[in-house]
Amino acid sequence: MFEAVAIGVSAGGLRALRSVLGPLPESFRLPIAIVQHIEANSDDYLAEYLGSLSSIRVKEAEDKEAMEGGTAYLAPAGYHLLVEPDRTFSLSVDDKVNYCRPSIDLLFESAADAFGATLVGIVLTGANGDGSKGLRHIKGRGGYAIVQDPATAEAPYMPRTAAAGVAADRIVPLEEIPKLLVQLAQVTRQ
Amino acid sequence: MSLMSRDIEVGAEADVSGVALSQQNDPEAVSFELLLEGIKRRWGYDFTHYSRASLKRRLDQARRDAGYERYTELLDRLLHDDAFFDHFLKYMSITVTEMFRDPAFYRVVRERVVPILKTFPFVKIWHAGCATGEEVYSLAIILHEEGFLDRATIYATDFNKQSLDVAQRGVYPVAHLDQHAANYRSSGGTRPFSDYFSSAYGLAKIKNVLKERVTFSYHNLVTDGVFGEMNVIFCRNVLIYFDKTLQNRAFELFTNSLRHGGFLCLGTKETLNFSSVKRHYEQIEGRCKIFKKCGTGDV
Ligand SMILES: C[S@@+](CC[C@H](N)C(=O)[O-])C[C@H]1O[C@@H](n2cnc3c(N)ncnc32)[C@H](O)[C@@H]1O
Repeated sequence: MFEAVAIGVSAGGLRALRSVLGPLPESFRLPIAIVQHIEANSDDYLAEYLGSLSSIRVKEAEDKEAMEGGTAYLAPAGYHLLVEPDRTFSLSVDDKVNYCRPSIDLLFESAADAFGATLVGIVLTGANGDGSKGLRHIKGRGGYAIVQDPATAEAPYMPRTAAAGVAADRIVPLEEIPKLLVQLAQVTRQ
Repeated sequence: MSLMSRDIEVGAEADVSGVALSQQNDPEAVSFELLLEGIKRRWGYDFTHYSRASLKRRLDQARRDAGYERYTELLDRLLHDDAFFDHFLKYMSITVTEMFRDPAFYRVVRERVVPILKTFPFVKIWHAGCATGEEVYSLAIILHEEGFLDRATIYATDFNKQSLDVAQRGVYPVAHLDQHAANYRSSGGTRPFSDYFSSAYGLAKIKNVLKERVTFSYHNLVTDGVFGEMNVIFCRNVLIYFDKTLQNRAFELFTNSLRHGGFLCLGTKETLNFSSVKRHYEQIEGRCKIFKKCGTGDV
């Protein structure tokens, strides 16, 4: 039974996130934590925009906010987003990781520590190597790893690097990810 | 299909309540708790109420860099090696900072807060968690430009003594100045930014006129007490490192250190809306986290 989803995305992220979040049904029950690389002084327009075309709730993650099902949380610009063991979020202004703040690796590693085998990690389009290490960590804790098929990515480098670094459970075209997430959310204990 | 085979596998291992239980007594969790407890008892630094995820990341870094597999090995060294503890403390303090970080915030300070301060003959300002001082000198520049610096006393505190030394010296790499100058201008600054420094050999030293009203000192927000009768308190990007319990302790400390009508200035992504002191404050502007103390009493 899966309990949460973590998504990392960089260049080309606007379209990719639209394609992933847009088709998810209102009844989607898992929380989704997202790191999209973004300029440090950006406002929360992205969350508003994605929220306006999704049936699930989309918002910027706040410090110490509890993760709720059916909600997608975006890392605020200029802050790392981390998941605490009690499944609340923390923000940090620690040094950049892979030249990035927010960093996908940091979100993935902390979320994997908090959720273990019940976490789904997804690496989407992007032009840098952030997220590979994190995805390996998710697999290492028994979680489920999905990589966007690089052939369907606006920027293939990030998914290609992630796929090379870990035996992903699925490598799928962008358009199939929402359907896969809905299936995974319905998986129950045998 | 791989999804299906995986379902069965996941089903077998994903007993959620089991996960929670095993976490309490698994060796890693126990040794992590022991490490924090040991540091607290031996050195008086209490990290038990810091946000766990980034705390763990820093402790892992310190452990790996020292060549240890286990937290208990790190603890053993920390208990018995004083010099190593000083070295270790650097890992525990995130000093990332900038001058005029979040320019929009400093614009509001200049346009909304300073005019109110000017109605007082004399004001006291506290920067808690000032790191290497960039934020302190940013405020000093604004007060100087507003012709008010000589009527202010600025107390700047941190629990990282090395950062305090850097702050006290006020010497920064010239290479950082472009970013700082850009922030300064977008915060509404109009003077030549380089006027505030004397530069030589790749270093830029903040001018003495900006340092005269500033006192740097050690203060630990976890264990130390009230800092009295402040007109303004800045504590930015420090509380995100604390859990809710410790955040509330700090908020109470600030509330008891702030004069009626004084201002509490937090980081852009920090808020006291979920805190135990919320009812004592109102936010003065939509986006910036500047709160005015309205209630009378202490907490
Ligand atoms: C990320 S820096 C913030 C610097 C600056 N205020 C800013 O916003 O740019 C966090 C600072 O909080 C300090 N800090 C962390 N825990 C503290 C404590 N318990 N007491 C005092 N300072 C603390 C650290 O040493 C560090 O200098």
